[in-house]
Amino acid sequence: MSATGIGASVKRREDIRFITGKGRYTDDINRPGQAHAYFVRSPHAHATIDSIDVSAAKASPGVVAVYTGADTSADKLGAHFVGWTIHSKDGSVMKTPPTPALAVGKVFYVGDQVAVVIADTYAQAREAAEKIVVNYGVLPASVDPRTTAGPSAPLLHETVPNNTCFNFAIGEKGATDAAFAAAAHVTKIDLVNNRLIPNAMEPRAAVADYDEGTDVQTLYTTSQNPHVARLVLSAFAGVAPEHKLRVVAPDVGGGFGSKIYQYVEETVCVWAAKKINRPVKWAADRTESFLSDAHGRDHVSHVELALDASGTITGLRGHTIANLGGYGSLFGTVTPTFLHAILLSGQYAIPNIYYELDAVFTNTAPVDAYRGAGRPEATFIVERLLEVAARETGRDPAELRRHNFIKSFPHQTPVALCYDAGDYVLALDKALAAADYAGVAKRKAASAAKGKLRGVGFSAFIEACGIAPSQVVGSLGCGVGLWESAEVRVNPVGTVEVLTGSHSHGQGHETTMAQLVSERLGIPIENVAIVHGDTDKVQFGMGTYGSRSGSVGMSAIFKALDKVEAKARKIAGQVLEASEQDIEFKDGKFTVKGTDKSIDFGAVAFNAYVAHKFNGQEIEPGLKEGAFWDPTNFTFPAGVHICEVEIDPETGVTKIERYTAVDDFGRLINPMIVHGQVHGGIAQGIGQALLEGAVYNSDGQLMTASYMDYAMPRADDLPSFDIDTIETLCPSNPLGMKGCGEAGAIAAPPAVINAITDAVGHENVTMPATPQVVWRAAQQAMMKRAAE
Amino acid sequence: MIHVSMTVNGKAVSAHVDPRTLLVQFLRENLRLTGTHVGCDTSQCGACVVHVDGRALKSCTTLAASCQGAHVTTIEGLAHDGHLHPMQQAFQDNHGLQCGFCTPGMIMTSVDMVNRLGTDLDEATIRHNLEGNICRCTGYHNIVKSVKQGAHDMGAHNHAKAAE
Repeated sequence: MSATGIGASVKRREDIRFITGKGRYTDDINRPGQAHAYFVRSPHAHATIDSIDVSAAKASPGVVAVYTGADTSADKLGAHFVGWTIHSKDGSVMKTPPTPALAVGKVFYVGDQVAVVIADTYAQAREAAEKIVVNYGVLPASVDPRTTAGPSAPLLHETVPNNTCFNFAIGEKGATDAAFAAAAHVTKIDLVNNRLIPNAMEPRAAVADYDEGTDVQTLYTTSQNPHVARLVLSAFAGVAPEHKLRVVAPDVGGGFGSKIYQYVEETVCVWAAKKINRPVKWAADRTESFLSDAHGRDHVSHVELALDASGTITGLRGHTIANLGGYGSLFGTVTPTFLHAILLSGQYAIPNIYYELDAVFTNTAPVDAYRGAGRPEATFIVERLLEVAARETGRDPAELRRHNFIKSFPHQTPVALCYDAGDYVLALDKALAAADYAGVAKRKAASAAKGKLRGVGFSAFIEACGIAPSQVVGSLGCGVGLWESAEVRVNPVGTVEVLTGSHSHGQGHETTMAQLVSERLGIPIENVAIVHGDTDKVQFGMGTYGSRSGSVGMSAIFKALDKVEAKARKIAGQVLEASEQDIEFKDGKFTVKGTDKSIDFGAVAFNAYVAHKFNGQEIEPGLKEGAFWDPTNFTFPAGVHICEVEIDPETGVTKIERYTAVDDFGRLINPMIVHGQVHGGIAQGIGQALLEGAVYNSDGQLMTASYMDYAMPRADDLPSFDIDTIETLCPSNPLGMKGCGEAGAIAAPPAVINAITDAVGHENVTMPATPQVVWRAAQQAMMKRAAE
Repeated sequence: MIHVSMTVNGKAVSAHVDPRTLLVQFLRENLRLTGTHVGCDTSQCGACVVHVDGRALKSCTTLAASCQGAHVTTIEGLAHDGHLHPMQQAFQDNHGLQCGFCTPGMIMTSVDMVNRLGTDLDEATIRHNLEGNICRCTGYHNIVKSVKQGAHDMGAHNHAKAAE
């Protein structure tokens, strides 16, 4: 392994601009003559819009234009598109709401975009916005997903009866019910997967520009996928045809899924720039981000696990209500179905599974994919069931898992997925050793002696990522393919540009992709540039989310490199006057086998472009190759996380004493970056378990709309982590990679809750497990013990 | 409109601004120093931290007018003669950043931490003193390592300079 090749922890070259303040985020971009947009938002969760008077706003100083839903719908502008069609268990197709840009006729959540003011300065736009008079007919809000489908709940959308999008089911009901009827033990639990708000540190922003001379609209925006943005804006939102629309995602400050979608604000900005023939700039403030970025999770579940007398799992079943929010959203329907239910086998050989999920609308912000997207919800279900079942049947939670692990591959689960490779026992053994599981009893006694409660919790996660094989997802209702593109352009003097359809918003692609190219072509890593984020430069790509840029994005680069090597070999043969078959390529040099006749890669590149030494009709001049890689399967990273906590029963405060993770991500390109992804994911998972939770009151007001109220994990809320990996190569891509970006967020919540419930001796610990929640559970346990 | 003048990264600057102009707006919009970022509206995220007269300060909650005559250092002013500040280098060495948005404020807070508390910082101290800076990407694990190394290297750098 070279110091800059595959497997090396190469320091990131993109860091230089970030640590010196020279990053170029959307809000750093300014266009001459730009105007500023400010959005007027509904203060009500559910209301009719009876009238809007914009006359005073239009007359306000500096105002260029004021638009409402009447204006955007007259131009047929849309938003809130759903990209994945789901069918209910009765075969009927899902019901989705209308897709206005600015609200038309009704508002559906606090923060819903009602009007936009565009003025010379941001302050002028904001002042003018306060002069807009909106007469709302306030309606009762339907906020609780548990009651929103019921007969007495207010109806949100006329075209969506019972506020229900679909009633989904997967698995075999009859066989599963039979397994439960025959079970020696059945574990039953009720779980809530708490609603989260992604909170990337960079708020959403857009700078839209219009060139009247060429009729081209340009949008700089905080997107994880600029080509998908362009496709949606053009084909669905109705902004402009693709060839007249350029989307640029410059440096983007975090996404976690929330920057996949095309929101109302960005859509209206790019539309408005053409209408007023001036650039339009907009950035959300943090409150607006809280209100209108897509939220995550929000499932209410009842789940059950059946065991036989020897502790073998014979069945899993359950029912979940999934909150979709007030409108449809791009991946909002697939997140609780084909990114969720198909993981309910976990790492275990479960023969029978049946699961129902009802997706419902409420007067809250739209819900869509957020780091893990459906897999944290599945893992929470499976890993809480395993832990509770272990306790109820007097078994060690590690050993119950080991007994039920899948031990041979490929393994077909009852919920569609076929796992291709893994070693779950190895990860468990390594995690137990690293976490010093053998010493837990002693540490528990030491804590008890100090009057504290110590607990240990497990989470054996598996997920399906490397989104995704196009035919598979197409058959499941996806509206697009999920391949990735790459173009390798070799320049005449041997430097290389790689244009990737992936987009880095923190993942380090400029370094990791360069490592791959540098090693393969045998050229210094400084000679490789990675280009991403601009639809004018890069051919169509699907972007970065779903832990796909390694396994799918880099595979596309790998395939393009195959083609570059093949053509270079041909040219080398011509130059060295040898047959192509006799050419070897190693360490950047093409050599005629058995001789010392050689030519290095850079010289081959030069020859390719001057085209003097070969027939340009037989071999085309130039050295530039592209590839589109469509994965043949998901990748299945898996691992074991072990969390150890110490709780003060008098205050309910939980301290994480140690957190151990052993994960299988297949081949690692850059271990430093992989560990960083795991750290970040674990932090978000711990955040979900201990701190975070979006709270709406019964009127649909978001009570947690700032960092005063929504508890983000801070440095002193978290420990350092003990991270290790094992490697079972992924068989379905040329590099053997499995996705690592979401693993921590998927695995951590049940590890933490399992540890707390172990410590307090009571299962009634909801997320976030605040000191009040933990204290109550500890009290309940003490009272129960006293009563016995 | 009022007239403000101050020194930013060693350069004298002045402008006529709306009296409500925040220091962060003055830096980003008037001076086009966009390294200092706005991440929240309740003064908690720390993306806006700069140094004013040698101390860390949240520029989103400071009026430009209140910095009249002050010496302001932003992230753009940390490197000297083309050499990265030891804290900047430490963040790159330890993968202490991913998306980079919180990073300028994180680095400015960290340098101030060392100025206040010395060059030999333990994990608990570092974590406690980063309470005013939120990162969503890194989980803080590598930020802590970065600050520890940066603090140590600031000490070594100072010794080297003193020895000259």
